This record gives sequence, C-alpha cells and structure tokens, in this order.
Amino acid sequence: MRWGIQNIDIVAGLFAQHALLAILPTVIGLLLAVPLAAVLRGRRAARTIAVVIAGIVFTIPSLALFVVIPAVIGTAILNPANVVIALSLYSLALLLRTALDALDAVPRDVREAAEAMGYGPLRRTLTVDLALAVPVLLPGLRVVAVTNVSMVSVGAVIGVGGLGNLFTTGYQRSYPDQIIAGLIAILVLALVVDRVLALIGWALTRWARAGDQSAAAARGAKAART
Amino acid sequence: MIALIGTRLAEHLGYSALAVAIAALIAVPIGLFVGHTGRGMPLVAGANALRALPSLGLMTLLVLLFGLGLMPPIVALVILAIPPLIAGVSSGIRSAGASAVDAARAMGMTESQILWRVEVPNAGPLIVSGFRGAALQVIATATIAAYVNLGGLGRFVFDGLAVYDYGEVLLGAVLVAGLAVLVDGLLALAARLLAPGAGRARLRGPVRASA
Repeated sequence: MRWGIQNIDIVAGLFAQHALLAILPTVIGLLLAVPLAAVLRGRRAARTIAVVIAGIVFTIPSLALFVVIPAVIGTAILNPANVVIALSLYSLALLLRTALDALDAVPRDVREAAEAMGYGPLRRTLTVDLALAVPVLLPGLRVVAVTNVSMVSVGAVIGVGGLGNLFTTGYQRSYPDQIIAGLIAILVLALVVDRVLALIGWALTRWARAGDQSAAAARGAKAART
Repeated sequence: MIALIGTRLAEHLGYSALAVAIAALIAVPIGLFVGHTGRGMPLVAGANALRALPSLGLMTLLVLLFGLGLMPPIVALVILAIPPLIAGVSSGIRSAGASAVDAARAMGMTESQILWRVEVPNAGPLIVSGFRGAALQVIATATIAAYVNLGGLGRFVFDGLAVYDYGEVLLGAVLVAGLAVLVDGLLALAARLLAPGAGRARLRGPVRASA
C-alpha cells in the first residue's frame, strides 16, 4: 500500500485513463444496444439470430479480441482504440439481451394507450418505452459497467490497460505492493461507477415511487441500500 | 502441432472444470440458502462485488505471494465463477413461486422436502443458466493463466504475442471461442432436458393423461 501512497500521481493518472477506457465502451454499447433492440423487437427471426451472435461474441476471450482487432481494422497494436472497440462489442453483446428484456417488460396496455393518444412510434419509444424500460435495463448496465472496469486491466498485457499496468509491471518487478495498489484503485473505481449508475437509475425511476408515500419511502430506502 | 493443440485444449478444459467445480461447492449451498429463505441478500451483493476484482491482478498477486503453480489461477477463476452461480441458483429456487411452495407446505412437506422436491426441480433451467454464465467467463479468462507460466490455450496467445506471430494468437483465440461455444451448447441442451415438464413427463404425456 505504501507504494500507492508514494506514487499517488502515477496511480491518479492511470485511474483517469482506466475510467475513460471502461466508461466509453459502456456508453457506446448502450447507445448501440437500445436502438438495435427497439428495431429487433417484433422481428422474431432477426431477433433470434442477433441473440445467438451476441452469445458467440461474448465467448471470444478479451485478450484475443484486443490483439485481433488491430489486425482486422488496421489500427496500431498499442492504440487504446483497440481496447475501446473490443469492450464496446462485449457491452453491446451483453446489453442487447437486457435491452430486449427491458422493452418486453413495458406493459402492452401502456404502449397501446400511448398510441391511442396519438404518439408516433419514435416518440412512443423515446418517451414511454424507454422510461418504463429503465428498471430492467439499469441492473444489466451496472453489471456491464463493473465488468468493463475489471476487463480493461487485461489490456495491460498488450500495453494499454490503465491501472492494469500496475499488475504487469508489479509482476515483472516481483513487487506485490504495486499490484495491491492497482487492485484497490480498480475496486474503488468499480464502486464509484456502480453507485453513480444506481443513483442515475433512482433519479430516472421517480415515476415508480409516485403516489403511495409509504411505499415510496420503502422503495427509496431499498434503492439506497442496494 | 495437432498433439500440442490437444494437450493445450485438455489443460484449458481441466483448469476450467476444476474452477467451476470448486466454485459450485461454495456457491450452490449459498444459492440454495438465499433462494429458499430469502435471507442473506448481503451475501449476494457481496458476491456481485467480486465481479469487480480483476483476475489478472489477483493472479499476479497470488503468484508473487505464494509462488508459481496451479493455485493462483484456479483461485482467480473460482472467484470469477461464484457470482453467476449464486445468482442462477438463488433466482432459480425463488422462481418456484410462492403458491407452489405454500401448497407443498400445506400438504405437510418439511422444509427440506420443499427444497429438494419442489424448488430444486423447478430451478433446473435457471441453475444451468448460472453454470453457463460461469463456464463462459471461466473458459474465456483461463486464457490469462498462461501469463503466469501455466499451460492452456492462452499459451498460443502469449507465445504468439511474444514473437508478433498473429497467426498463432488467432489460433488460440479461435480455439478458446470454439471451446466456449461447444460447452455452452452442451449446457443449453442440459437446460432443455431439465426444464419442468420436459423429459420423462413429456415422453409419458399421453399415457398420463389417460391414466
């Protein structure tokens, strides 16, 4: 731990790089998964194929993907974009399932009520479906974000891994202190990301707590605990 | 080369199977307990926090502290497999539904009978899906074991990386993905056979209806 305190500036720099490499793919994955899920909903065959492909994408080891992507799209092997693209693919693959489940969870009568009120498909999807999908979508997003925080570190093996660099250099120098500093910093980052997402989810689901005040208080307390 | 691939494949499968088996010994009882009693949610939350622990960091740290060997990668893989297993088992047990459990209790079943005869048979598919998630993650991550001088398919990836032989890296990647798809497919088949109302009951369907 002493190493981490003495080299706090190094840790802070890697922490910022790590956060960027983990958050960017989560956001990209989400921005791709939700529209894709909205389009695939109701197209049964396409949906099945997409879910199967997503399952296969997830089986490719991250390390292999980090290495193969530059060979496929021609980026330099040390380009951080490789890690971002690879993790975006994983995030998309994981979130597609969740996004489909989340849109399925929107009650049909609510959708029909929105249509009857004159909402077009786009407006209904954006203002009704998405809002009601948040309770299912958000837990999935939290798992993906935390997984990304942990997976970025594998990139260190190819020289782009944020805090993961503390693992590889610590290992090469036989210096456990450095690895421990990396582990703690990654756990802190994962915790912060998870809390922030939980808070965003809580803010986006105020409708679920409207009405009954005591139920609202109970749910709020539960949300704060989990 | 073919013999080498066979050896690496067997090593990879061996590490993965050992890790999932040990994780199951820890996670299944916890999942059964949490699912049946509805208590111990902090255990589940704690298990989810394990997801944030990077396997590479854990593995390198354990090697420095305890030396090279099978233990560091297996521990890291076990920790990886525990969260999906607990989630799968506990949600499977809960999926039996309150009315079925209440009916069983009203018929005089003991708690352990309810668990083993009502909840566990119902939980089959979700338990298997927990194992699928665990197996996928473990097989993909066992690749890193090669970083701390062990075998497995990761050897191709790391040895290829060392000499910039991307063909070898790609071979390793394709083999790992292939192995994962194969294991996942077999488990999916198991889930289908374990689904309530499948298997024996479905095969004997018409006979039962007439009896």
